[in-house]
Amino acid sequence: MLRPLLRLRSLGLIVCSTFALLQTPAYAELTIEITGSGANKIPVAIADFGGDTGAGRAVTSVIRSDLERSGLFRLVDTAGVAMTEATAPNYGDWKSRGADALAAGSLGPAGDGRQEARFQLYDVTRQTGLGGTAFVAPAPRLRAVGHRIADMIYEKLTGEPGVFATRIAYVVKSGAARYELHIADADGQNAQAALTSREPIISPTWSPDGTRIAYVSFENKKPIVYVHTLATGQRVVVANFKGSNSAPAWSADGRKLAVVLSKDGGSQIFTVNADGSGVQKITNGPSINTEPFFSPDGQSIYFTSDRGGSPQIYRSGLGGGDAQRVTFEGSYNVSPRISPDGKTLAFITRRESGFRLAVMDLASRQVQVLTDSYKDESPTFAPNSRMILIATDTGGRGVLSAVSVDGRIKQRLSIPAGDVREPAWGPFAK
Amino acid sequence: MKQLVIPALLALLIAGCSSTPDTGDQQTGAPVESRGDSGVATVTAGNMDARKLPPELTDPKSILSKRSVYFDYDKFDVKAEYKDLVAAHAKFLSNNRQFKMLVQGNTDERGSREYNLALGQKRADAIKRTLTMLGAREDQVEAVSLGEEKPKNEGQNEAAWAENRRGDMLYSGEF
Repeated sequence: MLRPLLRLRSLGLIVCSTFALLQTPAYAELTIEITGSGANKIPVAIADFGGDTGAGRAVTSVIRSDLERSGLFRLVDTAGVAMTEATAPNYGDWKSRGADALAAGSLGPAGDGRQEARFQLYDVTRQTGLGGTAFVAPAPRLRAVGHRIADMIYEKLTGEPGVFATRIAYVVKSGAARYELHIADADGQNAQAALTSREPIISPTWSPDGTRIAYVSFENKKPIVYVHTLATGQRVVVANFKGSNSAPAWSADGRKLAVVLSKDGGSQIFTVNADGSGVQKITNGPSINTEPFFSPDGQSIYFTSDRGGSPQIYRSGLGGGDAQRVTFEGSYNVSPRISPDGKTLAFITRRESGFRLAVMDLASRQVQVLTDSYKDESPTFAPNSRMILIATDTGGRGVLSAVSVDGRIKQRLSIPAGDVREPAWGPFAK
Repeated sequence: MKQLVIPALLALLIAGCSSTPDTGDQQTGAPVESRGDSGVATVTAGNMDARKLPPELTDPKSILSKRSVYFDYDKFDVKAEYKDLVAAHAKFLSNNRQFKMLVQGNTDERGSREYNLALGQKRADAIKRTLTMLGAREDQVEAVSLGEEKPKNEGQNEAAWAENRRGDMLYSGEF
């Protein structure tokens, strides 16, 4: 059964678009394969958008595949129905088709060669409208409109914001010496290379405003931390000290990064301003301290340390005081990431000789291992805290996998003939 | 390094804002894609040039042509069998103060990339410590880590992993 359709804050929007009509180089796109899904799916009908049938079909298809891929919805057959946002829905008919919710809309010319997409969402069970909106975009950006509409449907029906309009970053390795940092839509489409290099690129991470990515590049034969502005390609060296510079993590306000430097010997955590100034040492001692991650409230840093004899996750208040150990089960727990809502710790644990994605509920300290992989790496939370993207391995090839926090929904994202790794999920689109 | 000028074009191409009322709620002006970065400029990272080295560093008959120190699993100490090799490089550095060395530590592929970077650093630090104990000057040697990123052997078996648990000593011009 459908849980009650949630009433949301007023979401009605008038939307204008400022799009560049640019052709950008095409890169191999990620294909997504669903390998597990939720138990109770909301049956939703997305009627074929009316008006301009070509554009309507494109938008309808994006909305349907977004909702289906999320694992939370079951698409109800809409065959034989011709309706738009202006048509009064026949609730009885939709109820007999098994739909709990219905969306209908249309595409039409908006002038300047642009298209306007309008839609309305209805609660079939309660026989009420749930609101609607309109977006204007040039034809090449209609996919983005579809993602925005899917996000609105997702939010109205689940009560949580959708992430279909967000972007992801990841590294593609092709051949022996070609590394590319790609930026793509969350569904793997529109991939573009932000950086290409003959040397490895690791640990990309988005600035909180989504305009910059920090990463580690080995282009000068050693690890150096850069902050890269996506729109301009401008790169700032944030940390290039003697020794290794790695593991960047943004503070919540985007003004600082935590990094790991070996300039004093060993690997220790420091903070540095996003322009490379103001380096401050955070950890000390003979042990490894690495993989820093700021808690969303900015009060503490989670990190990996071998101070207890094996790599484990610790938490340290930024105001000082001793670090507290967070993980205890097993002899290898690394790569801590805190969900944006602050409730969940995702990390990689070694169990039965496999490296697997695990989550810890920070309130109860309960740990759940979510995969049975042997080579999971680099977890990254979706901005709605519901999904975790990881790098893993299938048949010796690197792929990405999106796993829901409850472990039920699983999707695999891969590129034919390419090795995909080091995912980073971007923030909500502004 | 090559940069595309997409962003500048973007700024010029921003279209006007047109809006259409929906069926009831209030109006806002949020664009679908207001991210200023809807274009992504591609940057190509450069390479460094190699320079000539003296024959004693490259002649296969010279111990100095050997540059690799191998480590046991989860171990970070320079084993006895590599002491002569590291001592020879320490002596060369001590006699040739104009030379600088980059020590790159490596690990096998198992586990977290960043944690492996820290483990590779421990290996590089151990080689550097031995070199400086035996006569190299601290400022002649930089110890860095490549973690699991540059495997010598891409295989996924113990023999491959053993080759990848390694520290390499490179002279100026070789990196």
